[in-house]
This record gives sequence, structure tokens and C-alpha cells, in this order.
Amino acid sequence: MSDSFIKFDDVSHGYGDLPAQGKFAVENISLEVHAGGFIAIVGPSGCGKSTFMKLTTGLQKPSRGMITVGGNQVNGPLSFSGMAFQAPTLLPWRTTLDNILLPLEIVEPFRFDFRKKKGEYIERALKLLESVGLKGYADKFPWELSGGMQQRASICRALIHQPKMLLLDEPFGALDAFTREELWNILKDLWTEQKFNVILVTHDLREAVYLADTVYVMSKSPGKIVFKREIDLPRPRDLEITYTEAFTSIVHELRGHIGSIRSGK
Amino acid sequence: MKKKNILEKNAALVLFIALLVIWQLICSVFKVSEFIFPSPIQIGQNLFEFRLEILKHSWVTFWTTMVGFGISIVVGVLLGFLIGSSKFAYDALYPIMTAFNALPKAAFVPILVVWFGIGAGPAILTAFLISFFPIMVNIATALATIEPELEDVLRVLGASKRVIIVKIGMPRCLPFFFASLKVAITLAFVGTTVSEMSASNEGIGYLLISAGSSMRLPLAFAGLVSIGVMAMSMYELFSVIERKKTAWAHRS
Repeated sequence: MSDSFIKFDDVSHGYGDLPAQGKFAVENISLEVHAGGFIAIVGPSGCGKSTFMKLTTGLQKPSRGMITVGGNQVNGPLSFSGMAFQAPTLLPWRTTLDNILLPLEIVEPFRFDFRKKKGEYIERALKLLESVGLKGYADKFPWELSGGMQQRASICRALIHQPKMLLLDEPFGALDAFTREELWNILKDLWTEQKFNVILVTHDLREAVYLADTVYVMSKSPGKIVFKREIDLPRPRDLEITYTEAFTSIVHELRGHIGSIRSGK
Repeated sequence: MKKKNILEKNAALVLFIALLVIWQLICSVFKVSEFIFPSPIQIGQNLFEFRLEILKHSWVTFWTTMVGFGISIVVGVLLGFLIGSSKFAYDALYPIMTAFNALPKAAFVPILVVWFGIGAGPAILTAFLISFFPIMVNIATALATIEPELEDVLRVLGASKRVIIVKIGMPRCLPFFFASLKVAITLAFVGTTVSEMSASNEGIGYLLISAGSSMRLPLAFAGLVSIGVMAMSMYELFSVIERKKTAWAHRS
């Protein structure tokens, strides 16, 4: 167990004075991710996935339990984590390139030598842009890009400071199916290359099974982890695998657990 | 097609000239006395004849307005940031500011004269009092309506409150800021002129009063033209800076 990078130890969290009444948005969450692991959390909407994300980033402190990342307890935002949200949330007054450079202006140690090493950073950003298929769009403003392009840029921004941990909060939810599958592969390739930890929160079961090592199913109010499934499909995976018997049976199995949550309550 | 474009581009100028022509025609056809309602030509003649006098008074009005306007930018931005970034300051200050803004600023002139004597003092302060409010409200609104998602992007990275204001608050305020400058500069000219009308021996406001009291209406109108030109020039200046600095907010 010593090689676990992210560890939730019986974590519960609620807002306002609800925890005092024993009401939590997420309850008794225990999970572990080994270094370089890719996990996905799936569940119906309103199951506390966003709360879970806020806990992992350190934006919220858990009401009960302990979260450790890299051996240290999480007490606030972590400089070695990158995050992409459901909406692209690019700053409209910055070009794509400047948006991607933003974390380097904020996160230590990059911000101390940002001016000095700017050329090097720009090169890194352009390379990242190229890897997600946005070559030539560096000087465009966000509103000149399509939704899918903005989301790609947003993933670049989450990765520019080479985080050890990438948090994805339904980042492909608002995209059309083809763009979504293309971005799965881009993410998969980046992850294979750089081996950061990924926590992907999603309500798309195929997405979770295709990308993750381990899928956790969360139940609704309170958010609890009701099922854990190791995905033993061989890597490297490509989209063909999503049409195989093994793949669909896993999706089917997970779907069954979500279905039973709904009928159970 | 091309003709129409030229007309559209210069719509303001065309309308202006048309109005002048109609004005001139009415004055000429009905032989309106210049003591009642001077014609554009008479106003033009006075503008030329008294150009040095008008220029001197215009300069006084211009610099007092710009000083008052400068103060209102500083105060308006500071108060705007205070009110916009703190719920407590918003609740405490906003009602008082609204009440203050409802007061007629001309009513302050006699009080300001008691405190500062006649001349530039009351003019500068009246310009300031009348023009800081829109700046303050716009900055406060810009800050108070920042999308929380944008703040989250920075907070996740461990950004401090100060960094969030610099990276998000300030750039987001800019379009609101320039919009408010365009409103505020015209108000500032009103404030200066109103003050000069009752509490100064120089400036366009003074010129208006003295020309009016000696029935030299063409000269009074020439004074109005001068203020109009100054206010419009400043407005255009801010429009140009706005388009350069906040192009992202004016997508086309």
C-alpha cells in the first residue's frame, strides 16, 4: 500500500451546518490510486461528484476523514495538480497561448522565472497545442474557437505545468460524440507518454471503461462509493476495443449497478 | 451600393450638416433676431471673432475638468474595487452612495465657494462629485459579476486573492471602466460649467453667463459649441483607447 499516491481515508463532507446533523454530500469515501494510475468516478448527476473534486483539489476541506496526496495531508490547493472543468473556462481577454501559459504565471516554482524562461515555456505550450491538434490556433481568442477546440485548449492549460495529478470534471460532457472520442485518444496518448495520475469524473460509462484502470461507481445522496471495478482490458487500447464483447460486458455490469441505485432508493 | 456605404459611414456628419442647414434656413426665412436665436453663421462669425477669448476660457474649463475627472477616476476606481470585492463594503456603502448621487451637484457649488473661494476649486470639485459615481458603479459591477468558474481556475492552482484580482478582476473590469469613462467625462464638463456659471471669473461657464447677461447670444452659443467640441473629443479619445485595449470584448 506504500505506493499509493492519492489516498482517501473514510472521507465525508457536507456544506454549512448539515454535517452536524449527520447529513453529507459525500460519505465514507475510501479509495487509493497508485502513482501514475488512472481512475474514473461515475454516477448519476447529483451524486456528489463535484464535491469529490473540490475535496481532491483542496478547495474544500473534508468534514471528516483524511485525504493524502503524495504522502502529505491535503490542506489547500496543490501546485502539482492540474484541472480541467466541464466548461472550458478560458479567460476571454487572453489568446489561446496566453491562456495556456496562465498556470505558469501562478504556480511555484515557474512564476519566479516566468519572464526569464518565457521563450522556453511558449515552446512547450506550442508543442502541447500541436499534440491536441490545435497547431496554428495559438494567437486566436477563445471565442474564435469551437467548443471542442476550447476544451482541448483547456486540457493543455491543465497540463502545461506538468502536474503529477490531473483532475478532470466531466471535461467531455458538452461535446459531440465524435469530438469526444477523439479527445479520449488525445488524453490517453498524453497520459501514456507522461504518466501523471488522473482522476476523471464522468457520467459516461464507455468513457470511464475505455480510459481508466479502475472505475468507482458512486450512489446518490449521500454520495457513496458502492462499487469498484478494475478494468483489465489490455493496453494500449484503441477505439475498436469499445465494440468488443469484453468491453460491453463491463459497461453493462457497471450500468447494472447504477440502475440498482436508482430503483433501490 | 457604394454610395450607401459612404452615407452610412458618415451618418453623424450628414445629420449634423442637415440640422445646421435647416437651422440656418429657419433663421433666415423667418428673420429671427440674433438676440433671440442666433443662426449658425452668426455663431460661426462670433467663434472666429472672439476666438482668443473663447480659447482662453476653454482652456480653463478644460484643465479644471481634467483635474476633477482625474480625481474621480482615482476615487471611483478605488471605491469600485472596495465595493465590488467585499460584500460588507457593498452593503455599507452602496445605499449612502446612491443617496449622494441623487443630490443635485449644482447645489454644492455655494458650499464649495465658502470652503475654497471662487475659481478653480469649486469647479474641480463639482466636476469630480458629478462624475465619479458611474466609474465606481461600473467597476463594482464588473467585479461583483465575475464568473465563479473563472476564479476556480486560479484557486485550484493556489492563487492568492491578490493574484486573482490582478489576473481576472482587472482585465475583466477594463471594458466596464472605459464605458464608464465615456459617460463620466461628459458629466465632468457639465460639473465644471455649472460651477463656473456661479462661482468663477473665467471658464466657459463664466463666458456663458456674461455673454447672456449682455444679450450677446451668438457668443453664448459659441461657448456651448466649444464645450461640445471638447467633450466630444475626449469621448472619441476614450473610444479609441477602448477599442485598442479591450478588443476582446468587442468581437465582430
